[in-house]
Amino acid sequence: MSEPPLQGPGAAGPVVVGLGSDLRGDDGAGPAAARLLRGLGVAALENDGDPAELIEAWTGAGTAVVIDAARSGEPPGTVRRYRHVPGSGGGPGPRSGSHALSLGDAVELGRALGRLPGELVVYTVEGERFGVGDGLSEPVRQAVGALARTIARDLRP
Amino acid sequence: MTHRTIRVGGLTRVEGEGGLLVRARGGRVAEVRLEIYEPPRFFEALLRGRSWTEAPDLTARVCGICPVAYQMSACQALESLCGVTVDGPLRDLRLLLYYGEWIESHALHIHLLHAPDFLGYPSGIAMAAGHRAEVERGLALKKAGNELVAAVGGRAVHPVNVRVGGFYRAPGRAELAPVAERLRHALDAALETVAWVSGFDFPDVEHDYRFLALRHPAEYAVLSGEVAVSDGPGLPVRRWPVEEWPGHVAEEQVPYSTALRARLDGRPGYLTGPLARYALNAGRLSPAAARAAAEAGLGPVCRNPYRTIVVRAVETVHACEEALRLLAAYTPPDPPALPVEPRAGVGHGASEAPRGTLYHRYRVDEAGLITEAAIVPPTAQNQARIEDDLRALVEPRLDLPAERLAALCEAAVRNHDPCISCSAHFLDLRVSHE
Repeated sequence: MSEPPLQGPGAAGPVVVGLGSDLRGDDGAGPAAARLLRGLGVAALENDGDPAELIEAWTGAGTAVVIDAARSGEPPGTVRRYRHVPGSGGGPGPRSGSHALSLGDAVELGRALGRLPGELVVYTVEGERFGVGDGLSEPVRQAVGALARTIARDLRP
Repeated sequence: MTHRTIRVGGLTRVEGEGGLLVRARGGRVAEVRLEIYEPPRFFEALLRGRSWTEAPDLTARVCGICPVAYQMSACQALESLCGVTVDGPLRDLRLLLYYGEWIESHALHIHLLHAPDFLGYPSGIAMAAGHRAEVERGLALKKAGNELVAAVGGRAVHPVNVRVGGFYRAPGRAELAPVAERLRHALDAALETVAWVSGFDFPDVEHDYRFLALRHPAEYAVLSGEVAVSDGPGLPVRRWPVEEWPGHVAEEQVPYSTALRARLDGRPGYLTGPLARYALNAGRLSPAAARAAAEAGLGPVCRNPYRTIVVRAVETVHACEEALRLLAAYTPPDPPALPVEPRAGVGHGASEAPRGTLYHRYRVDEAGLITEAAIVPPTAQNQARIEDDLRALVEPRLDLPAERLAALCEAAVRNHDPCISCSAHFLDLRVSHE
């Protein structure tokens, strides 16, 4: 993956957030990546799904990087990168139904409130298993390790 | 048209998954079903064989919105079994944690889930563009609640600092100082919220609710109290200790729901939650909350389900003001927990979750293992009453277009902020005109 450094133009430093729950198998990809990134010297946060906290974390940031698990039918461990700049159109579609709002909801709410980062980069890691206590599957564990190194390298000034 | 069926296929802005079916025949509502199809979660079964000390943390996992309620009802049930009463500064610290949860939960429901119904938006996110200041205020309130729960409970969701007997660690005064500062702003925000929601246009509806809530001699009951029941206007309030719950409240299964449903003294269709708490405890509100309730025109009892949003806002004022009072007087309790020794027997505990009374019962054996557990969440208690509300709403409006009627039904359900995840332990509306 050869991308330009993840640094917004002249704004505060990047905010990095790993989304998900360690208790739900590969849903723990985001928090696992955040922990690896901290070990690589990147101040990364963990969030277990509270969009208000997510908006709070990225408000005022030039760049926000969010790492989340995905279940789209791709092979386990597949990493996708999405880049969102305010005004560029819709983010991930909001999900109906529950108090537990999605990343897409957080993007839409942040947009409505004028509280999106200058640039939002979302990495998704395709999961294989999401059962309680499953832990990370091997393909996801490997993908998360490689992704953390890539993000750390891209964020290096 | 003599027969009609209306279906809502997935309720939105509620916690969990469920549907709604209304079947009408000859211009009358023949059947209303609140269909909870979220899979059952078997919490009561998985508690069997676990240590008595594990119940607070295991049951907290029932709900991400009200884990403190589960922890408090569980702790109190087990402490009552073991003959221990947690009082004084330790109880105050528990109340402080609980107020944080009330602020979190009420702020979210008022601003992002319920207000859009009154202002004509399909979602809180859609509402945010036109009501930015109010949504920002809601998020700030929720953040104040989150910070209070995190400071006392160790983290904002599923706190980890609660144990039978008290806490693993009591936070120092300096740790709580920034929380108090944010709560002072939150109190102002909560008062503004009462003024905002009390100006909404409320349907002119009242129901003869039977109310059930805890009642405490000195407090607007949150953490503990006797069970109080008002059977209707003009009837005396009955009270009984929490230990007598099984003799009054029975749960039953209906074929179309994975949630058990409760009957009170043999009859279904009673209400727990903000309207019940307010009707049975309004005289014990904090000074600012009492003034806000009076200015909002709530009166001593409110029977209009749509105005629960006002009661929730008043309760948020109460939670902020009381939390500030407790913080001003706070000295870390030492030790942070009372010693509790397990004892064989049965213990009962109840507290007021944001959505209503939450009852727990545990049977523990000589080895300290749980052999039987019962959890009765507010939504299981309110299901039958929500169906009654829907029946009264739908029957005079059967000629409305299906989409409009479905939207009205969803809003009527949201009045009671059902937590389906707790009870299936919610909505897809189908209205059938046959």
